[in-house]
Amino acid sequence: MTGEQEPRGDERGGEGAVPAARDATGEVIGVRKGMFGAQNGGDTSGYGGLVRTVALPGAASRPYGGPRTGPGEEGVFDEIADELEGALEEQDLLPENAIEKTVVDRGEMTFHVAREHLVRVARTLRDDPALRFELCTGVSGVHYPGDKGRELHAVYHLRSLTHGRLVRMEVSAPDADPHVPSLVEVYPTNDWHERETYDFFGLIFDGHPALTRIMMPDDWQGFPQRKDYPLGGIAVEYKGAQIPAPDQRRSYT
Amino acid sequence: MSTSHATPRETTEGTVYTVTGGDWDEVVQSAVTSDDERIVVNMGPQHPSTHGVLRLILEIDGETVTEARCGIGYLHTGIEKNLEYRTWTQGTTFVTRMDYLTSFFNETAYCLGVEKLLGIEDQIPDRATVIRVLLMELNRLSSHLVAIATGGMELGATTIMIYGFRDRELILDAYELITGLRMNHAFIRPGGLAQDLPPGSVDHLREMIKTLRKNLPEYDALATGNPIFQGRMRDVGYLDLTGCMALGATGPILRAAGLPHDLRKSDPYCGYETYDFTVPTTESCDAYGRFLVRLEEMRQSLNIVEQCLDRLAPGPVMVADKKIAWPAQLALGPDGLGNSLDHIKKIMGTSMEALIHHFKLVTEGFRVPAGQAYAAVESPKGELGAHVVSDGGTRPYRVHFRDPSFTNLQAMAAMCEGGQVADVIVAVASIDPVMGGVDR
Repeated sequence: MTGEQEPRGDERGGEGAVPAARDATGEVIGVRKGMFGAQNGGDTSGYGGLVRTVALPGAASRPYGGPRTGPGEEGVFDEIADELEGALEEQDLLPENAIEKTVVDRGEMTFHVAREHLVRVARTLRDDPALRFELCTGVSGVHYPGDKGRELHAVYHLRSLTHGRLVRMEVSAPDADPHVPSLVEVYPTNDWHERETYDFFGLIFDGHPALTRIMMPDDWQGFPQRKDYPLGGIAVEYKGAQIPAPDQRRSYT
Repeated sequence: MSTSHATPRETTEGTVYTVTGGDWDEVVQSAVTSDDERIVVNMGPQHPSTHGVLRLILEIDGETVTEARCGIGYLHTGIEKNLEYRTWTQGTTFVTRMDYLTSFFNETAYCLGVEKLLGIEDQIPDRATVIRVLLMELNRLSSHLVAIATGGMELGATTIMIYGFRDRELILDAYELITGLRMNHAFIRPGGLAQDLPPGSVDHLREMIKTLRKNLPEYDALATGNPIFQGRMRDVGYLDLTGCMALGATGPILRAAGLPHDLRKSDPYCGYETYDFTVPTTESCDAYGRFLVRLEEMRQSLNIVEQCLDRLAPGPVMVADKKIAWPAQLALGPDGLGNSLDHIKKIMGTSMEALIHHFKLVTEGFRVPAGQAYAAVESPKGELGAHVVSDGGTRPYRVHFRDPSFTNLQAMAAMCEGGQVADVIVAVASIDPVMGGVDR
């Protein structure tokens, strides 16, 4: 199991699911060297020279597949993509401008949305009768320092109670310009979720009514869940031996 | 402040307005806009009726709450950050401590996410899945019992509190029998369970169900028809369906607004589609409705637990894939719970390869292919989602929990503003937030 992903179909899309074709290279987020976490000598295993690329699943191409609603029907993911693209075109917004790429992986569908069109896409996903993603389950920030130019990701999971579907919407911003439009006007539930993501990742949600820290103290410096922020902790002595803090221990990635 | 009709002058007894006829509306208006009667009350974070370290900032005008805000973060423990420095298996030890009243739901959501990333959802043994459902439904009972018990206590109904904790104790005893612990179990692991059910547990559970069946109607008898209870709960903490959808409120709050949305039915996991149960709803949108929904859900959960016991068939409780499965099962030894002696005998005495395998899997852990997954379960409080990201390593790259308490607590302002101060307690209790889950 290495970082490289075999292009694999949607094997868990249920009975009769259509597999989605996948770009084999994926999205490279980093390169991993060695094997046992020993960076400064001391590794006599012979694995020290290993170099592996870490890549997230890449863009899928049509058909996207997904569970089928009936025999001969197209997969649900194609249905969602068709409806969304159609609805965006009706608003004179070119779908390829708004949606950077679509990833289908492990039976889940992800729209990577350009941040300038995020609010419009979210509103369309919520309001279009064929889409109707009424419930937003909040924002999850992810920091990919190796994904140059798109280091900070905000991930939204949208649930449609009407149609019983779930899609993921992902938007990214560079570290140098950590701005993403706020979705509070579309999904008021994102109020606290965006504050939390701001608190931990420093993503600034433009248009949020009161973007302040929510978990950390108000005068806290830095954004704790970024990858370059240390976990902290102190070494502990146990039966005469020093046990290093968790982030100082050897890692096997 | 002065108007053309009322001139204030300071006396030893305070400001005195001399009204000289004219427009009384202006006088009333100036009294309303003056800040004399308006105070900001800080309730919590150390307050017995705020369900843990929740800070409520209430602006009150007399007895009326004009604005209400929450201050949270007092119990933030950095669990999501910590997870990134442990192996995937160690993760369950952390997530079980998030919402500590719904441990098994946290563990299941996390494990379903990891299993989805690994692509082994179909390989989880049936017995493990049935036990997961069994534990989750017991957990729903114990969580709802706490919600009802503490909610009652905050109204001054201490009998409900005593009854609730009495019955929860029965369930905690069952947990202790099964997992060895009353809380923070870390029992559900990626790939299955830490351990099979110990001997005698099915009989113990059947006895417990009998007792609970006898006890549950007592809540009905004690509270449902009680005029004081109704007087305090009805039309308090009102949040209708529109408000629920906008604020993302799920669980009993949403079902008390009349929408029978339950992930166990609408997006089934762990084989819930094969169990026979109903999703109770009420239309009242208030704290009383939420109480009724919780009461009925407890009955339904008991039914599911019974169905689980009926379909428990012997079999493994961990995936067969030796590259993922924890090498040893837990067993009770003379020095407490630990790796089974048979396993230690094997790795220390007979098989060098088994020892290496054990060491590698326990210290290094297994690798999870890069990607992200979202797994959601219907916790007693609503949709509990785990967004799990892997970069192909032996540690989670990022785990985010969408905790229902966190989302539902946002509805506090909408429920409380315009109401009485005393009703704030009832409204917050009906949300049933657990700060361990809110702050993580």
